[in-house]
Amino acid sequence: MLGLALKMLFGDTAKYLMLILGLFFATFLIAQQSSVFCGLMMWTTATLTNVPAPIWVVDEKVEQVNETNPLRDTDVARVRSVDSVEWAMPLYSGIQRVRLQSGSFKIIQLIGIDPTTLAGAPVKMIEGRLEDLRLPNTVIIDDLAVKRLAKVRGQTIKVGDVFEINDIEARVVGICEAMNSFTGGPYVWTTYERALQYTPASRKMLSAVIAAPRAGFTEEQVVEDIRRTTGLKAFVNKSFNSSPHDFGTSTIWWYVKNTGIPISFGTTVIVGFIVGVAISCQTFYAFVLENIKHLGALKAMGASNGKLCLMLIVQAFTVGIVGFGLGLAGTTLFAMGALKNEQPPFYMSWHIPVFALAVILFICSLAALLGIWRVSRFEPAMVFRG
Amino acid sequence: MTSNPDPVHLANHAVRLSGIVKSFGDGNSRLTVLKGIDLDARSGEIMMLVGPSGCGKTTLLSIMAGTLHADQGGVEVFGTRLDKMKSAHVTKFRAQNIGFIFQSFNLIPTINCAENVSVPLLIQGTPARKAEARAKELLAAVGLGDRWHHRPTQLSGGQQQRVAIARALVHEPRLIICDEPTASLDAKNGTMVMELFDTVAKAPGRAVIIVTHDNRIFSHADRIAQMDDGQIVEVHDVDKSRPPELHH
Repeated sequence: MLGLALKMLFGDTAKYLMLILGLFFATFLIAQQSSVFCGLMMWTTATLTNVPAPIWVVDEKVEQVNETNPLRDTDVARVRSVDSVEWAMPLYSGIQRVRLQSGSFKIIQLIGIDPTTLAGAPVKMIEGRLEDLRLPNTVIIDDLAVKRLAKVRGQTIKVGDVFEINDIEARVVGICEAMNSFTGGPYVWTTYERALQYTPASRKMLSAVIAAPRAGFTEEQVVEDIRRTTGLKAFVNKSFNSSPHDFGTSTIWWYVKNTGIPISFGTTVIVGFIVGVAISCQTFYAFVLENIKHLGALKAMGASNGKLCLMLIVQAFTVGIVGFGLGLAGTTLFAMGALKNEQPPFYMSWHIPVFALAVILFICSLAALLGIWRVSRFEPAMVFRG
Repeated sequence: MTSNPDPVHLANHAVRLSGIVKSFGDGNSRLTVLKGIDLDARSGEIMMLVGPSGCGKTTLLSIMAGTLHADQGGVEVFGTRLDKMKSAHVTKFRAQNIGFIFQSFNLIPTINCAENVSVPLLIQGTPARKAEARAKELLAAVGLGDRWHHRPTQLSGGQQQRVAIARALVHEPRLIICDEPTASLDAKNGTMVMELFDTVAKAPGRAVIIVTHDNRIFSHADRIAQMDDGQIVEVHDVDKSRPPELHH
């Protein structure tokens, strides 16, 4: 009977394709938009990924990593004075303008790190040596900057090339891998003191203090110690989790609560759901209505309500799985394009396809229920009445 | 429930209806369609139910088939009291013992003839391959052995009804219920279909009950029950040598 159900489904090509199309669009919109949203949220925490310090100390009013509320230089020493802190280094992080050799300007995310320890330096160098950052007027750029900071569009910048940051020369001594920033500007590393030279002067310039726990202390313990001892706000730097003390988590929630980004993406996801429900339920119901005479005949011939319900469930879930598969394949193609072009941001955790599948199965259940309701109300005797 | 009939009943009565009353609607709009019907159909015969439109033929057929419950009265099919059975058991009984032929054929257009014919076997849980092999045998018996792979829409009305007859017989039911089997057919195809009833459907131990308006086919009946206004007004044997006379 289940084979018969599938033959009935595949036999009605127009409705079958319409059902698949509806569920394809629903899956694609849900998975693609959710992944772009997650990618965008990842980009908001790019500085935390690119400057991999276990603990970040910032001004007590700061809520997210892209917000700058400078500290006093003496705060570095205050953090170092906390017993459970192994080391603490100054960090500069800010958006600056680069003047290219062509005369045009580009925005960059400038990172200034301690020259002695190089704490906060990029994790993976592609070209050049990290230690060369100690040479005068030198910077290390990320792989995005290789294209963005080139003289001419289509060319690349290489080790040894020169550009200007606020009219001060910067010579490239290395290229590293880094995550794209939320603002879209490439990351440029230099020493802390040189970063202050590149930046227009202001009374306080220290963006954050990065630190590490002494052996035997957890990061959470050290964060508590720093908060209690210095009155500054300290965060751990781990992946997104439920902890209020994680800087990445705090940053993502800040963007969720204070920007229209989730509403924009959420609306599209809801539209995907509505499209799925509208097209699939309506088409499936039309399919059942069109076949009601035949289903009624099956009922008269001795097919139980249970068997007919199972047939409808198999039909609904078959189109669901096929539509979901195609939708996910479409999302994968989109992801391949996004990853190749490095935008739009795209991050698909395992939760997203699982969520999309749950939504699609819910839509299919709804469609099947509509059909089951119609079939169960159909008396087998009605089949004799034409 | 007794699904295995008494052999004595098998030999004589296929269907016994006693005091069947059926009404539709509520209150002032309540309409009594069947008004205490008593009727027997014998094994091995073709019985036709005839009468004017709205006299209750189809309702009576539905009650005999177990697809409709009577308000009052007893329905016995090959010794099994359908009116005493639970709905699920009646459904199972239908699947095993009754074959259906509908006026508009009710073949599923998206599957081929062999698959259509195998449906009653699939309902009973027969494996698809075995069911299809049996379906092809039946299609050959109704003269469509070479058309098994065609879809119903590729066949003429007469051929479609022959497929429907094959479907009604594939699981070897003891009762065949037919609702206006020739109404959608021209005279030639109607005759061909009725000849099939005589040669393929009619068998000892099996009853065929046909509701019809088509007086061209009356000569194929063994007995004719004439209905009027929810009652059986006459049941008589058919003299096969001359056309039956009916009281209208």
